[in-house]
Amino acid sequence: MRQGSTLIASIHTALDDSELVRFEHDLVKQIGEHRSRGVIIDVAALDVIDSFAALTLRRIADMARLRGALTVLVGIQPEVAFAMVRLGMGTGQIPTALDLEEGVQLLAEVAATRNFPSSGSQPQKRT
Amino acid sequence: MNDRTTDHQPVHAAPEHDSARSGPSGHLLSQLVAHLREHRTRLQEEWSQRIQQAHLLTAMTPQEMAAETTSVYDNYVEVLETGNVEALQHYARDLSERIIPRGVETHEVVGIVLLLRDVLARSLFEKYQRDFSMLNEVLDAYEPAANRIANTVAVSFVDERERVIRQQQDAIRELSTPVLPVRERLLILPIIGVLDSERAKQLTEQLLSGIRKHRAKVVVIDITGSPDVDEAVANHLVQTVDASRLMGASVIITGLSPKIAQTLVTIGVDLSKMNTIGDLQGGLEEAERLLGYAVTRKEVDSTS
Repeated sequence: MRQGSTLIASIHTALDDSELVRFEHDLVKQIGEHRSRGVIIDVAALDVIDSFAALTLRRIADMARLRGALTVLVGIQPEVAFAMVRLGMGTGQIPTALDLEEGVQLLAEVAATRNFPSSGSQPQKRT
Repeated sequence: MNDRTTDHQPVHAAPEHDSARSGPSGHLLSQLVAHLREHRTRLQEEWSQRIQQAHLLTAMTPQEMAAETTSVYDNYVEVLETGNVEALQHYARDLSERIIPRGVETHEVVGIVLLLRDVLARSLFEKYQRDFSMLNEVLDAYEPAANRIANTVAVSFVDERERVIRQQQDAIRELSTPVLPVRERLLILPIIGVLDSERAKQLTEQLLSGIRKHRAKVVVIDITGSPDVDEAVANHLVQTVDASRLMGASVIITGLSPKIAQTLVTIGVDLSKMNTIGDLQGGLEEAERLLGYAVTRKEVDSTS
């Protein structure tokens, strides 16, 4: 996970339920720590998004909003997208984008319309 | 044993045919074949007449029919003689390939083969009418072989027909769901013809992979050419729109027919998320607006 004024979290491998919960905690904590305005969650590496994962992603988005950051979901695979719709688990209100680049752009657009101050970036690294 | 072609063979069967098969039925069969070869012209004419009387093969000209009946007759006799069904299958496939495009129906093909069988059986009755037990034996040899031939020809014909149909289906399938990039990040998906669930599924796959490949932001699905969809397909369409959104592309649907609109409302899906516009032109304009394009007509300016 890497961040500027936006926090970028990419999920590299399939996460089980407890890992998802930990991921949720970490992410929400970091939003506060880095005063992030946007969160991008990259799920391009996931072949499967089950209902719990979808729910967790929605929860993260809701919590992030409460803490002042907009969440964008990027990189959903075609098959995953259709399977999710089939099973009736949309991403709710979370905006989605094709890939990381698009996600960053989307956040920039939103920031521009809301006239958020784009604060300086403080690069940091975490696994 | 069959290194010679039977087409237009001399009237009398060569003696080596007799020795080639063993057993009483083999002997009878070769006798029978010799008889059929001997009366080839007469029997074939009789057969052609019966075909005409039955009004079969009306799609063919008399010359074609004469040629086809000759070759069918010769093949028939040959298979009776050799029992080589594979050669017949091959021939029947060839024949079907030739006559299917001419609009020959299955019942006609089966009809003419059965007619030939009857004509030949009749001639056997005639030949052996004085010797009843002999007739019985000959028919014992003849009937299974003849039935096998009728069966083979019919099956080959139907197989060939199905192969043609499958081929056409494949062609249609490949043609049916083009995903066309018209501008950078804008895809158009024109749907023409009936959307069944198989095609709808394929459409979804093509669209989603198209979005990924072209990095599309906006997709216009134009269903002007599809007058009606059933509820399952309508639902599928809505799901496709949702899935596209998950991939970060917004979908505009254009050209919804009144009937499809009715179907969508009837199944009660959430229509608030669907962006629909009356026709393809309007859809493209909306797409361009979403992408930030402004299309202006270039004035012919000769002064500067």
